[in-house]
Amino acid sequence: MKAIVSVIGKDKKGIIARVSGELFDMNINIEDISQTILQDYFTMIMAVDLKDCALTFEQTSNRLAELGKKTGVEIRIQSQQIFDAMHKISLSSENI
Amino acid sequence: MYTGSEIIETINMVSHQHLDVRTITMGISLFDCITDSAKRTADKIYDKIMKKAGNLVSVGNAISSEIGVPIVNKRISITPLSLVTAASRGHEQALQALDRAASETGIDFLGGYSALVHKGMTPYEREFLLSIPEALSTTSKICSSVNVASTKAGINMDAVAMCGKIIKQAAYLTRDTDSSACSKLVVFANAVEDNPFMAGAFLGVGEADCVINVGVSGPGVVAHALKQCDGANLTQIAEVIKETAFKITRVGQLVAKEASRRLKAEFGIVDLSLAPTPAVGDSVAQILEIMGLESVGAYGTTATLAMLNDAVKKGGIMASSHVGGLSGAFIPVSEDAGMIRAAEEGCLTLEKLEAMTAVCSVGLDMIAIPGDVSEEIISAMIADEISIGVINTKTTAVRVIPVYGKSAGERAVFGGLLGEAPIMEVNRKSPAVFINRGGRIPAPTHSLKN
Repeated sequence: MKAIVSVIGKDKKGIIARVSGELFDMNINIEDISQTILQDYFTMIMAVDLKDCALTFEQTSNRLAELGKKTGVEIRIQSQQIFDAMHKISLSSENI
Repeated sequence: MYTGSEIIETINMVSHQHLDVRTITMGISLFDCITDSAKRTADKIYDKIMKKAGNLVSVGNAISSEIGVPIVNKRISITPLSLVTAASRGHEQALQALDRAASETGIDFLGGYSALVHKGMTPYEREFLLSIPEALSTTSKICSSVNVASTKAGINMDAVAMCGKIIKQAAYLTRDTDSSACSKLVVFANAVEDNPFMAGAFLGVGEADCVINVGVSGPGVVAHALKQCDGANLTQIAEVIKETAFKITRVGQLVAKEASRRLKAEFGIVDLSLAPTPAVGDSVAQILEIMGLESVGAYGTTATLAMLNDAVKKGGIMASSHVGGLSGAFIPVSEDAGMIRAAEEGCLTLEKLEAMTAVCSVGLDMIAIPGDVSEEIISAMIADEISIGVINTKTTAVRVIPVYGKSAGERAVFGGLLGEAPIMEVNRKSPAVFINRGGRIPAPTHSLKN
């Protein structure tokens, strides 16, 4: 499954290192990454591929949320489908 | 790849603006459960529901977790039970089977303890209707509806008269919980066959064996978008509503497709309704006020609501391959913080609510009235509301709660999504002679539209 990891919070050192380290531990590949300061908040968005990850989606999601708590930022992982649905006009054929 | 602001927009819709999918409703046909034995019919009903909906809750939760959007309720709708139990007269045993299946599947509501009597009533349907108060007061998740009229058949006034009695009886039987059984009973004109929303959901006779219908929500998202529109004219506001409705509906489409694939059911429809909740910021009334009214109930309420309702449909229709159900803004008084406030201030009256139902979905909904209002007055309220639907070829409905032992100005508390409501006074002049005449109001003409 393709998913989007979003990290939102106060900017500080080491956020990218920690998140990408955790993703590596879970055998999740990062395909794209962008980072900006949006409305005073550090915002990082990663497109990831979960196909080699042995954990369930819920386990992955919980581990990232847990890391977020430790780091003081909000970390979410959501299926790419929700962003396709909302922000692209065309529906992919399997969703018609 | 998406822009950061698109990702943040989606996340904020959920975390700050109450975006949710209100319900995944699995429609299950019970026609193949019909037998002439009450016990065998009940057993088949239980087995079929467990087989089809056993995983409904876990699949719903998994989809919710993957897309990061809450799916608040998982529900079941069934073939109107009066059709299924007519041969065995077994509605009491069937009710127990439904209650047990509802509890064991872990769903939130099961709708379809229903009868379609818009033109006439069989002797068994009469017996079935009289069983509704008992059924609703002895179960917690079962919902009931009665279709008493249609544009093609006219209004069955015998059924309308009976519904006043049924509502009063249901109120009495649940007198210890502010007559809460009445919140699970809807009286319809032109009931739709694919409605995912309660209490009026049932699976119509022309539907497939197992169907997924999804109801989206999101008044808070529309309200937030309109707050950014200071100084915009109404054409611009209509466009913003359309764009927002498109995005909300797309979430429903995604959930419906994914749920039907995983549950091996057919994708039925996405229902575009804007369904409020009692939470602050998740209110349809608030949208009308942001559009420029001092309070919902003021002059301008019907116009703003008509525009909102139409723009939601226009935005939503393109976002989904199949749209259906009730599809419009809901105005349930007890479930909308803004409506509750306006009703308490006396700004929102029953007469204004009735006018609002002419331009939106779905009717006089979740309105608490004094417990001593007569059954004939309730029947006449139903007749008025149902006439609006019949003449205008739309669905209308009545879900009123005559709160036993309470009077106007007091509050009724139902809890959860059903919220709480100020008890509103009604016009007490008697319509009893009209209601007791019985018979049918003929179907309206379809020409000479004025």
